[in-house]
Amino acid sequence: MGWQFNSKEPVFLQIADRLRLGILRGDYGSPDTQFPTVRALAEASGANPNTVQRALAVLEEEGLLCTKGTVGRFVTDNTQTLQTAAESARREAVRKWLAEAKELGISAKTLIQYIQEEETT
Amino acid sequence: MNYAVFEAGLPDATLSCRDLCKSYQKGSPVLQNFNCTLPAGKIVGLLGPNGCGKSTLMKLICGLLTPDSGEILICGQPRTEKSNALISYLPERTYFDAYMKVCSLLDYFCDFYADFDRALAERLLADLNVPLNAKLRALSKGTKEKVQLVMVMARRAKLYLLDEPIAGVDPAARDYILHTIIGNYNPEATVVITTHLIHDIEPVLDEFAFMGRGGEILLSGVADDVRAERGKSLDELFREVFACSANS
Repeated sequence: MGWQFNSKEPVFLQIADRLRLGILRGDYGSPDTQFPTVRALAEASGANPNTVQRALAVLEEEGLLCTKGTVGRFVTDNTQTLQTAAESARREAVRKWLAEAKELGISAKTLIQYIQEEETT
Repeated sequence: MNYAVFEAGLPDATLSCRDLCKSYQKGSPVLQNFNCTLPAGKIVGLLGPNGCGKSTLMKLICGLLTPDSGEILICGQPRTEKSNALISYLPERTYFDAYMKVCSLLDYFCDFYADFDRALAERLLADLNVPLNAKLRALSKGTKEKVQLVMVMARRAKLYLLDEPIAGVDPAARDYILHTIIGNYNPEATVVITTHLIHDIEPVLDEFAFMGRGGEILLSGVADDVRAERGKSLDELFREVFACSANS
């Protein structure tokens, strides 16, 4: 039950990360779909509703979610924003991965070679 | 947004304590000038080692003990017997008659508390597979504790005082109990949870306070802000704070 949190980092950022990934992957439906309520997300995650609220505020700030009066929150209908966010998420993932490779002392050239080998197997 | 503060503040908060003192024995105060102001809509963790006065504080708030001095305001009103209608208290120990059936317990709560939501209680008990015609003495210790929590959370109170709600139950039941607390969240109500099992309860808390000897607040704040500032979990911080205070 609930999501796994690393309690060293702010929980609201961890929730925001997870929801962002879900939005970009389309788990919450196409643009302009209604987003789950704070209560539902709190129950699903096992986190405090105020913490979930704070996570949603982060995603609103990023433009991935928007509020429509009292109806609730929706996945943004701005596909440009979604694409930009997806691109930066992908870049971020590769950057992390590269940093790890660098720590192991793998050069860019070797890395490309490895990737090609992995792809063919 | 309003935050919980551990000093005397706005009197119209859900709970406000001012200069609260209590001792059971002359010369060894359990609480010494304890102050707090808790607004509505918060889940606050009162965390501290054994014997720091957590349970005493709860008993004072719900009127089981009388303060030696100081003032307690519940929703802006000085504490009286009438305040008990606004407070739902989960004591450390179960106080139900073991020969009572679960369904008669429900009747009892319906008679006793105008804000008791029987349908909700029945739904939660069904989730736990507690048979309504079982006698309490036939239930295991953990199940009894769960029943008790259900009764407490099924009230539509303004202030919930949960004294060690997860101490006596297995990890799966802990999850269920925390889930019940979250599922019952009401922006108009405040939940105060005492525990020393900090790790389990971390994601549930908005705000926390570390309580040391004499009810002294050693550290308090918004849980996520503290994690962001210090890069540490509350559990780790707790170990640090109380390790330091042991040396002083």
